[in-house]
Amino acid sequence: MSKAAELAALIGSGQAQGDKNLIINGAMTVDQRHDGSSFTIVNGNSTTGVIADRFRVNETSGVVMTGQRVADAPVGFEYSSKLTVTTADSSLGSTEFHRMIQPIEGKNISNLNWGTSNAKTLTLTFYVKSSLTGQYYISVFNNAADRTLLKGYTISSADTWEKKTITVIGDQTGTWLTTNAAGIYLMWSLGTGSSYQSNTLDAYQAGFFMAKSDQVNLAATNGSTWQLTGVQLEVGDGPGTAFEHEDFGTTLAKCQRYFQNNGGNRTMFSSDVTSGSNYFSTLKYITAMRAAPSVTFSSNAANGFNTADPNPQQLATESFEVYKTATSTTGGGYYLFIYTIDAEL
Amino acid sequence: MNITSAQYYNDISGSQAGIKATIDGTEMFVPLDPANRHYAEIMRQVAAGELTIADAD
Repeated sequence: MSKAAELAALIGSGQAQGDKNLIINGAMTVDQRHDGSSFTIVNGNSTTGVIADRFRVNETSGVVMTGQRVADAPVGFEYSSKLTVTTADSSLGSTEFHRMIQPIEGKNISNLNWGTSNAKTLTLTFYVKSSLTGQYYISVFNNAADRTLLKGYTISSADTWEKKTITVIGDQTGTWLTTNAAGIYLMWSLGTGSSYQSNTLDAYQAGFFMAKSDQVNLAATNGSTWQLTGVQLEVGDGPGTAFEHEDFGTTLAKCQRYFQNNGGNRTMFSSDVTSGSNYFSTLKYITAMRAAPSVTFSSNAANGFNTADPNPQQLATESFEVYKTATSTTGGGYYLFIYTIDAEL
Repeated sequence: MNITSAQYYNDISGSQAGIKATIDGTEMFVPLDPANRHYAEIMRQVAAGELTIADAD
């Protein structure tokens, strides 16, 4: 087959198009929450357990771990997301687990036809490095967590980057949402209690599972580490194409559909203010959010107002309003704050 | 999610605007949108009898 014919075939299969990676921030370049700083992952915490954007850690055991986006990666990448166990928990309860997960929005998988006889096969590639060798698993499950595909991979050498390629067949039954809710959850197990273990590999099964019983428990060893980068999930039945590096602005904008941090760019409204009067501002987001976001304020500062959080209203996918009531009459009144908005899946 | 407090709050006109909640130790304002994961979890915990949302001030 000529090169032109090969290219035409790839385009026809959907494998050679731009924006082929269903994973957002697979190279871990965007870290809006921590900008490379280490942080403690709190037990059961699903809000602040995000290392690099879109990659979230959940853990429900007694282990204490730190998460950090670090400048340690295989050739061709700069960063990885790293977990380090700082307090071990060698005995997992039946419903306890630790995992890294990225939910994929349903609107981004409508071309996959999952849940039908035309379900497309995907190829997952990623680079992984751990201080603990052995058997690990990834899990693909749907929004209702009633359909699961388990696939295994082995880490052969400690503290060495290894590339893994895994075929993810499409599910021809079950419900895989194509709305703005999570369509597919992609998860890396780091230790799973017996309630979520299954011996069925390489085929979809009813229910929710995260690993087989021989999954390494990262938490069993104090100081153990696990790192991930170069994650790509694309249409096609292996061996996977080269990682699709995209410009930073594109990746950042994709991440900002789910989380935005206006950082040091404090928002201000300023005027001469009269005690008891209300003052309003409309804040338009950098990009439209997946859903109406939750809002968190910090670093409030004021003249003519108290420094309690402003009052948000009309929280929508593209903007929200805030207002404050002046507490004194003064010239040059102002109110400053930093905000983050969260519409993660 | 560890939700330790939840209270409805009103907009300037007195209509219900959202829920002010402390989630995983962070105070946040949550919209009344079922697609928002914080709101969905608040309502799940309410339905399970694990959480009560206080009325607006």
